[in-house]
This record gives sequence, C-alpha cells and structure tokens, in this order.
Amino acid sequence: MSVLIYIETREGKIKKSSLEVASYGRAIADAKKSPLIAVSFGLEDTSLLSERGVNKVYAISTEQDAYFNVNRYSSTLVQIATSEGAELVIVSGSANGRYLGPIVAAKFEATYFSNVIGLPLSYKPLEVKRSCFTNKAFNQSISHKDKVVISLSTNSFGVHDQENSSEIIEITSDYEASASALEVISVEKSTDKVSIADADIVVSGGRGLKGPENWHLIEDLASVLGAATACSKPVSDMGWRPHSEHVGQTGKPVASNLYIAIGVSGAIQHLAGINSSKVKVVINTDPEAPFFKAADYGIVGDAFEVVPELTSKLKALKEA
Amino acid sequence: MKILVCISNVPDTTSKINFIDENRAFDNQGVTFVINPNDEFGLTRAIWFQKKESATVTVASVGDASCEAILRKCLAIGADNAVRIDAEAKDGFYVAAHLAAYAEKEAFDLIITGRESIDYNGGMVGGILATLLKIPYLANCISLEKEGDAIHLQREIDGGKEILKGTLPLVIGAQKGLVEEKDLIIPNMRGIMQARQKSLTVLTPTESNPSSSISTFQKPPAKGPVKLVEANNIDLLIDLLQNEANAL
Ligand SMILES: Cc1cc2nc3c(=O)[nH]c(=O)nc-3n(C[C@H](O)[C@H](O)[C@H](O)COP(=O)(O)OP(=O)(O)OC[C@H]3O[C@@H](n4cnc5c(N)ncnc54)[C@H](O)[C@@H]3O)c2cc1C
Ligand SMILES: Nc1ncnc2c1ncn2[C@@H]1O[C@H](COP(=O)(O)O)[C@@H](O)[C@H]1O
Repeated sequence: MSVLIYIETREGKIKKSSLEVASYGRAIADAKKSPLIAVSFGLEDTSLLSERGVNKVYAISTEQDAYFNVNRYSSTLVQIATSEGAELVIVSGSANGRYLGPIVAAKFEATYFSNVIGLPLSYKPLEVKRSCFTNKAFNQSISHKDKVVISLSTNSFGVHDQENSSEIIEITSDYEASASALEVISVEKSTDKVSIADADIVVSGGRGLKGPENWHLIEDLASVLGAATACSKPVSDMGWRPHSEHVGQTGKPVASNLYIAIGVSGAIQHLAGINSSKVKVVINTDPEAPFFKAADYGIVGDAFEVVPELTSKLKALKEA
Repeated sequence: MKILVCISNVPDTTSKINFIDENRAFDNQGVTFVINPNDEFGLTRAIWFQKKESATVTVASVGDASCEAILRKCLAIGADNAVRIDAEAKDGFYVAAHLAAYAEKEAFDLIITGRESIDYNGGMVGGILATLLKIPYLANCISLEKEGDAIHLQREIDGGKEILKGTLPLVIGAQKGLVEEKDLIIPNMRGIMQARQKSLTVLTPTESNPSSSISTFQKPPAKGPVKLVEANNIDLLIDLLQNEANAL
C-alpha cells in the first residue's frame, strides 16, 4: 500500500500547489504508515520533494511531449499506481490537476473527490470534507471503493516543512499510452504576471472603477504586491478585461491568502467564488455594499483616492 | 453532426443554501432551479452548430421528474429533443455511467458537458464520461470550431490557454468564453410553444452503483464583523494586514 501524488511542474520547477500536495500526501502517508510516491513529468530537481518527505520519485521525461499530455500523463499515473499498489492518488486543485483527476479515477476504477479540504476524516472507508455549492457549503463524502483519487483544494492545507528529509529513489522510465485524437499545438500565456490560480494575493476591480482606462489603479497595486489581477463579471462581459480575469460563481474560483476588492459591490455570485480566500479587503464608496459583510477589513472610500495612496505606501514599504 | 448536451439542474445562483433532514439533504423549498450556467454556455454553442451546420442537438439529464422543467427550457432555447434518465443523481460517477450507457447507443459526434456543476462542483462528469466511452476529453473548453473534419479547440489553463487540434468524437467541458454572454438565448413565446411539440423521452436507468455517498452537509461558520479603517488612515490598514492578518 502506498500513497501516490502527482507533482506538476512548470518549466521544470514544481508548482506551489504541488508542494502543498506533497505536504498533504506526507501527512496521509504518516497516518496510513505507508510510503509516499511522487510522479512528475519533466522535473529537473527532486531534492525539494525529499524535503517534503517523499520517499520515491518517478521522474518521467517529457521528450515525447512539448506540452501537457492528459492522455499519457493519466495512463502513466494509473500504471504506476497499479504497480505500486496505491490506494490513494492525490492531485492538486490546479487546472491540470482537476483535468487529470476524473480521468485517472475512471481509468483506475477509483472514486473521485474534488475540492477536498483538510485531511480525511476516516480511512476505512475513506471519508473527506469537500466544498460544494461553489463554496456556499461543505459536504462529507464517503467512498464506496477502496481506491480513491483526491483533488486537494488549493491553499486549504498549506506547505509544511518536514523535519527529516528522506532519501529519494529516482526512477526514470517511459510508460505507454494509446494515441489520442487531441493534440496541443501551442500554448499562449496571457501575461507574464502571476495567474489567479497560483497567486498568493489577488487584486480585483469592479464596475466602480468606471472604465478600462482606470485599470492602472488595479495593475499598479497588483504589481507592487506581486499579485494577480481579477475582475467582476460585468467588467469582463463589457470587455474592459479579459474573460480569464472574471472571478465568481460562473468565473474562476479564488483561494488566495489575500483578496482585495475595489469597486466591487459583493453580489452573492461574486462572493461565492472568492469565499475560500483567507483574508478579504474591500474598498468601496458605499458603506451599504454587501461586500462589507463578507470582508475582514474595509475602507469606505473612493478608489480613485484610496488606491493610489495604498499603492505608493506599499511601494515605499517594499523599497525600505 | 449529432450533439449531446448534458444538462444539470441547479439552484439559481442567488439561492440561499440550506439543509434539512438533519443536514442530510438540500432544502429546495422556495429555490428556483436553472440550467447549470456552464451547460448553458455549451448548449448555446451547440445551437450555433445546429443553425450553421444543421447539427441535431439532444439534451439529457439524469434525474427525477423535477428536472423536466429545465429540459423543456432547453427545448424552448432550441434543442431538438430531450432525454431524461430516470435515476437519482447520486454522484458524478453514477451520472457519467448512465450518460455513457445512453451515448454508447446513440453514437454522438460531440458531447458537451459543463466544466462543473455549481451545486456538486465535481468537475468530473465530462472526464469520466469520455473515459468510459474511450474518447478524448477537453476540460475548460473556451473555443470550439469545426473546419471540415478538423476540430480546433482551446483550453483555459492557469495563466493562459492551450491551442489544440482534434477530430470527432469528443467530449468537452464548456465554460465561460466558449460563447459570449450576449449570445445566450432567452426563450421566446414561439420557442416555448414549439418545445411542447418536441419529444422528451424518459429512459429507465441501467444497472450501476454510485462510487460514493454524502453523509452530511455543513454551512460555513458565521463570519465576524468587518474591521473598518478610515480612508485617511491607510497606514493602519497596512499595519493590520501585515501584523494581524499576516497577509502581506
Ligand atoms: C447567473 C449569474 C451569474 C453571475 N456570476 C457572477 C460571477 O461569477 N462573478 C461576478 O462577479 N458576478 C456574477 N454575476 C453578477 C452579479 O450579480 C453582479 O451583477 C456583479 O458581481 C456586480 O459587479 P460589480 O460589483 O463590479 O458592479 P456593481 O454591482 O455595479 O458594483 C460597483 C460597486 O462599485 C462601488 N463604487 C462606485 N464608485 C466607486 C469608487 N469611486 N470607489 C470605490 N467604489 C466605488 C459601488 O458602490 C458599487 O458597490 C452573476 C449574475 C448572474 C445572474
Ligand atoms: N444529473 C446530471 N444529468 C446530466 N448531466 C449532468 C448531471 N450532473 C452533471 N452533469 C453534467 O456534468 C457537468 C459537470 O458536473 P459535475 O461533475 O457535477 O461538476 C455538468 O456541467 C453537466 O453538463
């Protein structure tokens, strides 16, 4: 019996959401007294995984694929999970993690639980807590099968240091996958900035900013904080900002440590998507705006005055 | 081209979420149900193919009779026919297994699911359905074009998008971006009248077992009141974020 984790890389480096998966996998492996095995594609350096307590790494080369290959990656994960006798496969809550999860579960004939927060509540049968109703509620789900694939909700467990780094066995090998009728031709990066999914801090603007020409307020603050930029639905519907920045129930979920909402009223559909952010700050002229009920900190004030001041003070602080 | 759009019936986005039966069941008292928004984006794209490429569009739900109102709405929007698989949607695997059994017989070219349902949030039915049918799945699909036999697709990824090429048959997970908000179709009187003439077939479920069950639901704990900071005291906000919230 073992616990298998999928470690996602970007340009050879481990993504933060996958380091969280490693910490989470270690805690489960400790509870189950089983080894922790990582599978990664195109990973340059496995030492970071040893610091997280991974016992064995399958470092698969990506020579065959220039890009993420869902068919090969899922087949490889299932072949290794089977040969290692794994009962649990854990992926992150990233776009690729959530893409692989159900496919791996179907091929592995396992139960699939997405949006899992926290360690399992029990192991036999496996029971987890997961968010549902787009973060408006949680449910406790019990697997009817012994084999389970979990997608861990981003930022719900955290990255933890391991006292003793473990010795790592590295295995490089290739696994077979059937040909797929889908082929990635290219990847377009939206910007060089951090993406909403990966960001610790997200700065978001709503209709209160009056027009796209004022977005430098959001971008300047975001750049000082190293944050991703986001927006409300009407802002992307009107074409002020790209669709990829729309957050909320019908847009992207945000699970950052800090979410700063500027000129966003805080409609229920917006709040649903950002509920799992840890600390929420609102800046709005209207003290009655619903966002004040959901936020931890708030300023009743005009974005056009408050935001530039906030940005310059933070900048001074960072430079100091 | 034969298109299947899988429709999940979900509480309207403004619904208050409450539970009954000692937190074992969702309280649907006073709740309005709507087409899952991601499925509506997918349906809108399917109707486009129906108009431009004379595709036929079937909508299907796994659920009891209460989801027929939503299937009728899909017919009023323009779907050609509807299917209800008469089984309680116990979990995503169970739903996918029933849809797969149905789709297997009908040989659809394109199957559209939503990226995720806004109630269960599994993000799983499409991927499992495709795997059961042994055809490819594209999650987070934000563009789907057909050019002869070639299909051009885009998938939203963290921080960008992937450009892909493929062939049918195929399953996609639709989401915002696949169509524009303004393209969403509001059923008119004519559509609603025509929908009454269209077929809504009820199928008996196949033998299949759910892979999981929900023991209880919980609501998030109540949140404390917001801490207000004066607009002329930004230093205090920064101090609180740094030292109290540890967020900077
Ligand atoms: C089915 C459905 C799904 C939806 N899904 C989503 C979703 O996923 N995400 C989403 O965001 N919305 C969603 N919505 C829309 C949602 O209901 C709201 O309409 C939307 O969130 C409002 O956007 P907003 O806050 O930017 O604009 P508004 O509601 O217009 O709010 C603007 C705010 O800016 C403030 N303001 C004005 N001037 C200033 C200033 N100078 N400085 C500071 N503040 C100022 C105002 O007081 C106001 O509170 C959905 C709606 C439906 C029906
Ligand atoms: N009961 C159902 N009947 C038909 N399709 C469904 C049902 N539940 C989910 N789906 C489809 O699967 C998608 C993903 O749902 P989920 O895996 O629950 O997030 C939805 O957007 C629908 O297209």
